[in-house]
Amino acid sequence: METKQNHLTIPIIKIPQGRLGTWVLIAGELVIFGGLICCYLLFRIRYPHWGAMAAHTNTFIGALNTVVLLLSSYTIVRAHGAAVKLDVAKARLWMTCTLLGGVMFLVDKSIEYAHEISEGFTFTSPKLVAAGDHVGSLFWSFYYIMTGLHGAHVLAGMTAIFIVMMQIRKGNNLHRVELVGMYWHMVDLIWIFLFPLLYIAK
Amino acid sequence: MENTHHKQSFWSKYVFSTDHKTIGTQYMIMGMIMAGVGGYLAYVFRYNLAFPGKSIPFYGMLGPQAYNAFVTIHGMIMVFWVGMPVLLSAFGNYLIPLMIGSDDMAFPTVNMMSFWIFAVSALVLIASFFVPGGAFGGGWTMYPPFSAGGYLDPNPNFFKALFSGTSLLILAVALELVAMLMGGINFLVTTINKRAKGMTAWRIPIIVWFLNIAAVIFMFSVGPLVAGAFMLLFDNVLGTGFYDPHRGGDPMLWEHLFWFFGHPEVYVLLLPSLGVLAEILPVFSRKPLFAYKTIIYLALASAFLSVLVWAHHQFVAGIDPRMATFFSIGTILISIPFAGIFLAFMATLWGGAIRMKVPMMWAIGFIGLFLVGGLTGLFLGSNTFDIYAHDTYFVVAHFHYTLFPDIFFGFFAAFYYWFPKFSGKQLNSSMGKWHFWLTFIFFNGVFFLLFFNGLAGQHRRINDYSSFSLISREPYQTFEQIATICAIGLMLTQFIFIFNVVKSLRKVKTGVKNPWEATTLEWVSDSPPPHGNFNPYPEVFRGAYDYSLPDAEVDFTPQNTPKA
Repeated sequence: METKQNHLTIPIIKIPQGRLGTWVLIAGELVIFGGLICCYLLFRIRYPHWGAMAAHTNTFIGALNTVVLLLSSYTIVRAHGAAVKLDVAKARLWMTCTLLGGVMFLVDKSIEYAHEISEGFTFTSPKLVAAGDHVGSLFWSFYYIMTGLHGAHVLAGMTAIFIVMMQIRKGNNLHRVELVGMYWHMVDLIWIFLFPLLYIAK
Repeated sequence: MENTHHKQSFWSKYVFSTDHKTIGTQYMIMGMIMAGVGGYLAYVFRYNLAFPGKSIPFYGMLGPQAYNAFVTIHGMIMVFWVGMPVLLSAFGNYLIPLMIGSDDMAFPTVNMMSFWIFAVSALVLIASFFVPGGAFGGGWTMYPPFSAGGYLDPNPNFFKALFSGTSLLILAVALELVAMLMGGINFLVTTINKRAKGMTAWRIPIIVWFLNIAAVIFMFSVGPLVAGAFMLLFDNVLGTGFYDPHRGGDPMLWEHLFWFFGHPEVYVLLLPSLGVLAEILPVFSRKPLFAYKTIIYLALASAFLSVLVWAHHQFVAGIDPRMATFFSIGTILISIPFAGIFLAFMATLWGGAIRMKVPMMWAIGFIGLFLVGGLTGLFLGSNTFDIYAHDTYFVVAHFHYTLFPDIFFGFFAAFYYWFPKFSGKQLNSSMGKWHFWLTFIFFNGVFFLLFFNGLAGQHRRINDYSSFSLISREPYQTFEQIATICAIGLMLTQFIFIFNVVKSLRKVKTGVKNPWEATTLEWVSDSPPPHGNFNPYPEVFRGAYDYSLPDAEVDFTPQNTPKA
């Protein structure tokens, strides 16, 4: 009796299905951020004044977050290595480290947001608008939409990692560690672009 | 060996099904329902154009605001809720696994979610008619400032702005794009990974190639628009100024983001239909497809060029003339690969033993009508002419001559061709011929005369010409009336089709596996295909178009026939 027929179809290119799907997903996500970054760059070139606005972002927290994300990428690589060796306990331990990195990133980001909002730099920055600095307020709109969308991806990545952590408890679906790892690297990579654009280039 | 399955409930079999055939059918039915909605909107505003100030049967009086909303949502529906689901999702889901000899898509659950997100997006769109202020009426391109309420109100009432026609339209489009992205991931992974043994890249049928190229174009052009749609939504509900020049933003940014997606989208819609032609023409002329590989290379070339021509929609928006020249040249260049593809189709017909069955009539009708659309596109691609013709009925007639054959002729050709596959029954062919000829004549009746209206300078966004004595003159008002009468005829004609489908579905199954004597793999499976499609799985030994081989006994050699 045949219940599962998948094995009868012989794939020609032997790329595991999930890995291929994740690559395609990452390609699609990168274009979304690519479009956003292009828009930002065009305005940045048009308005040198944005440099003064970028000076208000906290470079130290930005740099700290870069390090945190890079470290969390390292730990997810270790998790993948453990998953390849079928070491479930170790894989879950390293994934927990990545999750902690994600949490720390979000905490840093919240502190930063709170600080900026208290200074009057919000999504629409009514203070700047009232002072006649319309162009400056647009910088903050871009700042919040870019970091906000990235933050949403951090959350999505953490959710995915958490779900996979639960799934592999009994040693099933270990290949999914690699998939969430790939996604997490993408989240990291996007931050590597956002950090210089929003924090360093003043 | 037999396909044994646990008994499926109604819900898991027909509603939340993960079977690619059910999902494809769901997409098709949803697309046809939306085509009915879009057609009704077109009927209302066409009637208003021909007989301004009269009460419209089955609607009532149409005010200017409602006219704008109807035109806008008509365009939106026909592109995003008819063209995309029917051409890309329905064909892709139904045909890709069958034609490459696979059991299902790579990610069936993602596939099911994709359909239901799409269904929600359609509901959100329809709901936008019933919120205070009505549906959005600023044109399907959603240019700011029409679409950015934040301009008028720097501190918008969040909920009021969120439940406005504009915001709901942006949300609906965003959901639809997400659904299509999920489908696109499935197409690519399925085609790369789940082909039958022996189905090498150069043996894949053209339609599968084209659906995948379309999915790639879609994925790589839609991203910036997704980002842009977020910005537009925030302009509306939070009062940001991304597209507000007064606040340092730029409305041109939206135009670029929109058309960077919007123009490749034209090819996303066109390629699946051309793929249908590539399947139908060889079958009904009993000849191998002419220049198989060249067609694929040409499609890849057009995919590359398609992302370089977007600004030809913005010639009157004040872009730099030097830039306009670049985009003019790109636009005219892109007609070369498509001319090549059509030439290959003609060469396929040349000297063939043509069987003039109903699918073939639709396919040839497609080529004839698309020629008109394509040639007028060359005029419009040149910025000097476009500045004159922009936003006139010339443009309207042009893109209906491309999109109507593309969406409807392509769909009907495919439907008449694959109906025996998904039902095991045949459609009535004399009703099919009536359906074809009436559609063909009425379609030309609607749009051919509008070219002259456009050249006379009639603008497409005016709801009542009788208020403008300078442009409301004969014979152009008569042309509007002829167009409207033909449009009503065109819509009534579709009832022949619906009647034909309903009647044919009640017939008993013919039991014929391969009624058109085609070579591709989907005809190897039973009609209709069972869950799991093939039993046993086919092995592929040859290309997709082996017709009239000199040493073969019959004039078609299916792909799973071993080489001698």
